Amino acid sequence: MSVLIYTEISKGKVKKSSLEAVNYGSRMAAQLNTTATAVVVGDADVSDLGKAGAKKVLRLKNDKLVNLDGQYLTSAIEQAAKAEGASIIIFSHDFTGKEVAPRLAAKLKAGIVAGAVGNPVISGNSFTVKKNVFSGKAIATYSIHSDKKIISLLPNSFPVELGDGTAEVVDFAVNLDGVNSSIKIKEVKKDTSELNLTDAELVVSAGRGMKGPENWGMIEELAKELGAATACSRPVADMDWRPHHEHVGQTGIAIRPNLYIAIGISGAIQHLAGVNGSKTIVVINSDKEAPFFKSADYGIVGDAFEIVPKLIEAVKKFKANQ
Amino acid sequence: MKILVCISNVPDTTTKISFTNDNTTFNSAGVQFVINPFDEWYALVRALELKEAQGGNVTILHVGDASSEATIRKGLAIGADDAVRIDGEPNDAFAVAEQIAAYAKDKGFDLILAGKETINYNGSMVGAMVAELMGLPFVSLATKLDIANGVATVEHDIDGGTEVLECALPLVLSANKGMAEARIPNMRGIMAARTKPLIQLAATGADKLTSITSYELAKGRTECKYVDASSPEKLIELLHTEAKAI
Ligand SMILES: Cc1cc2nc3c(=O)[nH]c(=O)nc-3n(C[C@H](O)[C@H](O)[C@H](O)COP(=O)(O)OP(=O)(O)OC[C@H]3O[C@@H](n4cnc5c(N)ncnc54)[C@H](O)[C@@H]3O)c2cc1C
Repeated sequence: MSVLIYTEISKGKVKKSSLEAVNYGSRMAAQLNTTATAVVVGDADVSDLGKAGAKKVLRLKNDKLVNLDGQYLTSAIEQAAKAEGASIIIFSHDFTGKEVAPRLAAKLKAGIVAGAVGNPVISGNSFTVKKNVFSGKAIATYSIHSDKKIISLLPNSFPVELGDGTAEVVDFAVNLDGVNSSIKIKEVKKDTSELNLTDAELVVSAGRGMKGPENWGMIEELAKELGAATACSRPVADMDWRPHHEHVGQTGIAIRPNLYIAIGISGAIQHLAGVNGSKTIVVINSDKEAPFFKSADYGIVGDAFEIVPKLIEAVKKFKANQ
Repeated sequence: MKILVCISNVPDTTTKISFTNDNTTFNSAGVQFVINPFDEWYALVRALELKEAQGGNVTILHVGDASSEATIRKGLAIGADDAVRIDGEPNDAFAVAEQIAAYAKDKGFDLILAGKETINYNGSMVGAMVAELMGLPFVSLATKLDIANGVATVEHDIDGGTEVLECALPLVLSANKGMAEARIPNMRGIMAARTKPLIQLAATGADKLTSITSYELAKGRTECKYVDASSPEKLIELLHTEAKAI
């Protein structure tokens, strides 16, 4: 009766969000006196899964799985869960998680909490777990009533902890003869930036206060110096100043980095909904009445066009002294 | 082409959130409810554009009680042809998905659209569940959708980029920003909405697998600490020594 965790590889390594999920699942397994088993598609080095707490790794084997198609994956994970006797299955609440976790939940009739932010509280038959609701304005405690349970963990809810554990890695042949997905992938456009916004620890974000796309050079430079990903407010994406995958907020993506630096963003409630889970928020705005200051830890009132270049210099100096 | 758009009834994005009954119930007093933005702006409007270009019918479906009727009428005013309300409590994703699947299974829809997530419970679950219950393919977070000769071409967000795929209909998908632009209903639409069919159906016995036992408000921040604009290096120092963020 192990706890099963779905994990993914990106750029040859186990994804950070997957390691978070394995940490999470192995804590839960310990609480239930059992062990954590990770499942993964692909042949990359997965020693990190053992370091994160998995005792066993099942490499799901079937040619149909290469594109991580939702219908095939659902069936594959179901087969692995059955073989492992797992009644709790953990995902990261990322792209695949959003597609596959609810699908598998419906198939298994498993109660699901999507986007959990805390460890579950388990006592006797009661199993509760917290998740953000109202776009980060509140937190709800969910009770799962069914025997089978699925939880997808909101990325960046817990720091990754790697120990010196090792996992037994075994191939797990999956039978997908009865499943036929009609989805055909035509083209994949990966954005070229090194850093993925949802995974990023540090984010530099800018809004309409930057006046135009030609002024993003300093935003990118500040981000580069900090090793941060870039993000933007909705109007900036709507006007095509920045690509739409950078749009954060209620109608964009929700992020919760360690540090969020907002430059020339007013701090509308819909924007805050996507970033208020950030650990530390810095606001740089020329209007001292900008609402964002009410949700900030640190603020600078002033002109971004003067402050940002000085910040870049300050970061360079800071790095040189480290 | 027959299109079903699933719509949810949610508090307006500017709502100040509070709870009653010892923090077990969302306080809806004085709250303005609207169609979930992802369902309205992207799913419904794209469905209407496809219908206008290729012919067909757009039905909106809502699981909820009679208090959602204004929201449903708004969807009709924007242009949906007819509406169905299943009189159930929309408080568990699986139970909602079961209602939708039970309704849709013998209606021959070519496309079933949902929004990316609701802005109140942020689950991102119902579309995928409906697809599973109906044995259909599902595409999440679609930002573009075109249909030709019974095949959908969809662009959708994936980890660190986008992917273009093709899928024969029928198909379930969840709509993300980019699929369409919001439409404001005009006077004629609002008048027409009053007489468009809105069918009410009893809920079938659905299985509730989760429930919310309590709520709490997200913690606010303590005071903002201001750094003088003339010395931004001070900020870097504070981020390092105090916030330990860099
Ligand atoms: C249903 C709904 C959903 C929405 N979803 C989102 C969402 O997901 N994400 C989102 O971001 N928005 C969203 N919005 C829009 C949101 O309400 C705001 O309009 C938007 O966030 C404002 O973007 P902004 O802060 O970049 O621009 P503005 O509000 O125009 O603010 C620009 C800021 O820049 C400052 N500024 C100007 N010049 C300078 C300078 N030289 N130096 C420093 N500061 C300067 C100004 O003082 C101002 O505060 C949504 C709105 C609705 C109705």
